Amino acid sequence: MAKKVALLQGNEACAYGALYAGCSFFGGYPITPSTEVAEVLAKELPKTGGKFIQMEDEIAAMASVLGAALTGAKALTASSGPGISLKQELIGYACIAEIPCVIVNVMRGGPSTGMPTGPSQSDIMQARWGTHGDHAAIAVAPASCQEIFSETVRAFNLAETYRMPVQVLLDEINGHMRERIELPEPGELEILDRQAPPVSPEQYLPFDPSFGDVPPLAAFGSEYRFHVTGLNKAADGFPTTKARLVDAEERRQIRKVEANRDKIEKNEEYMVDDAEVVIVAIGTISRSARHAVTELRKQGRKVGMFRPITLWPFPEQRIAELAGQVKAIIVPEMNLGQMILEVERVIKGACDLHGIGRVDGEPISPFQIMDKVKEVY
Amino acid sequence: MAFDYDKYLRPGKLPHIWCPGCGHGIVLKGLLRAIDACELEKNRTAIVSGIGCASRLPGYVDFNTLHTAHGRAAAFATGIKMAQPDMNVLVVGGDGDGVAIGGNHFIHACRRNIDMTYVLMNNFIYGMTGGQFSPCTPTGDKASTTPYGNPDPTFDISKLAIGAGATFVARTTAYHATQIDKLIAEGIRHKGMAIIEVLDDCPTTYGRRNKFRSVVDMMKRFKELAVPVAKAATMSKEELDGKIVTGILHREERPEYCEQYAEVIKRAQNL
Repeated sequence: MAKKVALLQGNEACAYGALYAGCSFFGGYPITPSTEVAEVLAKELPKTGGKFIQMEDEIAAMASVLGAALTGAKALTASSGPGISLKQELIGYACIAEIPCVIVNVMRGGPSTGMPTGPSQSDIMQARWGTHGDHAAIAVAPASCQEIFSETVRAFNLAETYRMPVQVLLDEINGHMRERIELPEPGELEILDRQAPPVSPEQYLPFDPSFGDVPPLAAFGSEYRFHVTGLNKAADGFPTTKARLVDAEERRQIRKVEANRDKIEKNEEYMVDDAEVVIVAIGTISRSARHAVTELRKQGRKVGMFRPITLWPFPEQRIAELAGQVKAIIVPEMNLGQMILEVERVIKGACDLHGIGRVDGEPISPFQIMDKVKEVY
Repeated sequence: MAFDYDKYLRPGKLPHIWCPGCGHGIVLKGLLRAIDACELEKNRTAIVSGIGCASRLPGYVDFNTLHTAHGRAAAFATGIKMAQPDMNVLVVGGDGDGVAIGGNHFIHACRRNIDMTYVLMNNFIYGMTGGQFSPCTPTGDKASTTPYGNPDPTFDISKLAIGAGATFVARTTAYHATQIDKLIAEGIRHKGMAIIEVLDDCPTTYGRRNKFRSVVDMMKRFKELAVPVAKAATMSKEELDGKIVTGILHREERPEYCEQYAEVIKRAQNL
């Protein structure tokens, strides 16, 4: 049977991916360049019996998502840099209270209001360390409209599996770019739901570590009544200042991602096997990098691309391996040097490292990358 | 027969954090009597709060309880109610939490007329952080951050709620203990946004800085200043100056938000 195809904008693909994943709640606030995610869901969610609400501000949008998620809903919000800055307060709440949800950040220039209609990748570090305190982070960075669809589905799966907020990083270019995509049939992509409590309501503890690093989450409104707080808490969900309990809980929440890197990480490698130079790029800029690699290969240069699809946790091990194989790594990114800091940290000087930064509202072109490769190698 | 509070209190969670003489315990008991009178099912009831002394209330009671971030209770509660319109959703908190940092969420929850009951304990001060002035601290009063007297004008929370669109607004005080549960119960039964403002006492951080020699003095003041809404209707503006009008201040019927959204779903599905 012929595949169902559609011509979709990245932001639209994101919204349809969310629906495919079973999203039944969206709380949002208008902001360029992410608004189309909200517009599609305002139209589509009520058709499925789902709920769309436009809240009074970005913080409230995030709050509504967490409230809905606690009742068992798969919940989504979408915003852009300045809006994500506002949401950080409650992204931290989602981390400590371990509430599954998905946050789309269609990145634009900054700081502050910056360049609302210009593309950017300057929230790479915000996606990791935007909220205060120690916490784990998962963020995915798709490149094409097809991948925006499937990675949004995977973001929901990761959120439900690891009981935490997961960010989808787009940018103004792939958010607004239109491409032909094949719409997967129901059942074609894996859909994961949160683990139900395997114990009776009387025995249930919302942060019970005896079930492993991801304790099962019951739903508000079911027979499992429980307490949720943003304070450091013990396994029963109630606040504690006992050093041993606070330490154990904090470490567990970071370990649940660190110990499952192999299941969370996802990368693409393009012509890296014999490469002497590897370009590390994400999202829109990986498309320029791929083009540059193809052209440089035609010229006989041994160049490849490594593309983190899961940006956080950062693919430390594979990049360290590549650093031992190549002469140089080049990191083009639409900011003035964020992802390169992570690469620098993990390669420990094993190869040369060069960055290409751009913040003028234009993407980094294949020619810029080709020129850099020729300059350094 | 004495009311059995224990059936709603979580075992092992008392004593509470509130100071001797604080009125929050009076409000907690009133809330539980109201919930009992309305026969709310524990599993289908969520109690949501923000940050502050009053916001610690949910931890003590056996419902689905959510102690959120400072000021955000009404917005979290909106998400719960939208996702599960059949659940009973209550919000509790203080004045700084509700109408300073949470002011935007407060007025928009009122505007939507979403069906929840918000019990706001107004003790005129940020108690948990040690007594800084709030938007409800009377002008001229002392707080740790107004050592020369408070220069700020104050919010009238009930008027704010009425202006913003809440369809049930009532006010009482911690002195009027038997009125608290009646007003909260009326609010729970009301379809739409119900605000119950309870003027409360904080002897520790407000009273002692403002020449109240004892908790009894603070309670006496509530008793002396309170004017029932029916009597207030017969008094002049000058006579009401400085008084606390108590009772149901406002009640109207207006479409409720979740019901309105149910209509949206119907329209979307009939396309």
